[in-house]
Amino acid sequence: MSDRELRVSKIRNGTVVDHITAGQALNVLAILDITTESGETVSVGIRVPSDRLGSKDIVKVEGRELSQDEVDVLSLIAPAATINIVRDFDVVEKHRVERPTEVVGVLSCPNRHCITTEDEPVESRFDVLDDGIRCTYCDTIVRDNIAEQIDVA
Amino acid sequence: MSHDHIISAKQLSRADIEEVLDRAAEVAEDPESFADRHENTLLGLLFFEPSTRTKMSFTAAVKRLGGDVVDMGTVESSSVKKGESLADTVRVVEGYADALVLRHPSEGSAQMASEFVDVPLINAGDGAGQHPTQTLLDLYTIRESAGFDDLTIGIMGDLKYGRTVHSLAHALTTVDADQHFVSPKSLQLPRSVRYDLHEEGATIREHTELEPVLPELDVLYVTRIQAERFPDESEYREVAGEYQIDTETLEAARDDLTVMHPLPRVDEIAHDIDETDHAHYFQQAHNGVPVRMALLDLMLGGDE
Repeated sequence: MSDRELRVSKIRNGTVVDHITAGQALNVLAILDITTESGETVSVGIRVPSDRLGSKDIVKVEGRELSQDEVDVLSLIAPAATINIVRDFDVVEKHRVERPTEVVGVLSCPNRHCITTEDEPVESRFDVLDDGIRCTYCDTIVRDNIAEQIDVA
Repeated sequence: MSHDHIISAKQLSRADIEEVLDRAAEVAEDPESFADRHENTLLGLLFFEPSTRTKMSFTAAVKRLGGDVVDMGTVESSSVKKGESLADTVRVVEGYADALVLRHPSEGSAQMASEFVDVPLINAGDGAGQHPTQTLLDLYTIRESAGFDDLTIGIMGDLKYGRTVHSLAHALTTVDADQHFVSPKSLQLPRSVRYDLHEEGATIREHTELEPVLPELDVLYVTRIQAERFPDESEYREVAGEYQIDTETLEAARDDLTVMHPLPRVDEIAHDIDETDHAHYFQQAHNGVPVRMALLDLMLGGDE
């Protein structure tokens, strides 16, 4: 890809989340709990041309590596995403996301009577189904708009 | 019984169910032989919502096994009122009791609570979620009255919020029952229950009227439709009226139809049915004691 098409600067240390489903970049930021207040240096590309996907989103976060829980949820909204770990400008690790069997934390249960929505010392947990996710505690199934369940603190 | 906790009917296999029901039949046959089976056993009762039948029958069950209860009492009189979390409450009370019985208004509460305790925990109703011990006594009643072979059952009323329905429907998949669900459109089975029934390959059909399906039924399980599920009183009255039965309704039913209800009823089953052979709901409620005795006996190591 030439410099004319994509002007997003390289990062020194951090994570590049590439091949994000077009239109999902802001949800990826939400999963990573990144806001304008949170202080990271972040570059975001939305609907940039991609050989593999036609168009894609891309997120580069300086000084941050992702937790497994964050990657698990990310895989649900951006199943083709690749995670590149960058150290001193070099990609030292690169892998595709894998659909997990369950996701812990990050999402919140949409059932307002679910115990996980109360002030209890418990993280949300969802089993991953073929076509959605299901709360391990209250059994509520979410099929559409999983991104709406991202827990924004 | 290989389960540490009883949280959902979904965890119960046909073998688990038969084991509890067989033990319950032994209890009913000869209660005296179980009278000192669990001397000094203390059952911790944590009822965060009002209950008559479930709480009293658990109390009766453990006392008839020779044990006793320690009761949290009402929420108003407990430290929950001071803002204590459920996780803390169960961790404290497990130190006072050999097993816990929990009823709580939040769905998933029993699952969560079980993750914080080492003593056996029994879900006695978690919001609109599950009520597995009600299911066991329902199954006991069905097995006694209609049997499990070629069973055709109608489940009528509030199928959306009725936790006894959610538990029972799943358990009935283990006996391959034909299940007919009769309810207003707005109170049909929730997505999660349909999903499970589908996954189990269950034969289910949904109806908005009882009439067409009534003549086929071996068992009719009636539940209460609650006024608070409707936007206004008049809509509730109109809808609820269509799901009430009396002796006239049952003229179209088989002579040996078993009518059940988890109770309390309001007016979904007319009192004129009480004196007929169809009425099994009081016996059903009584079965709560031997079935809960059997479950406690198995969970507390009755074979040792």
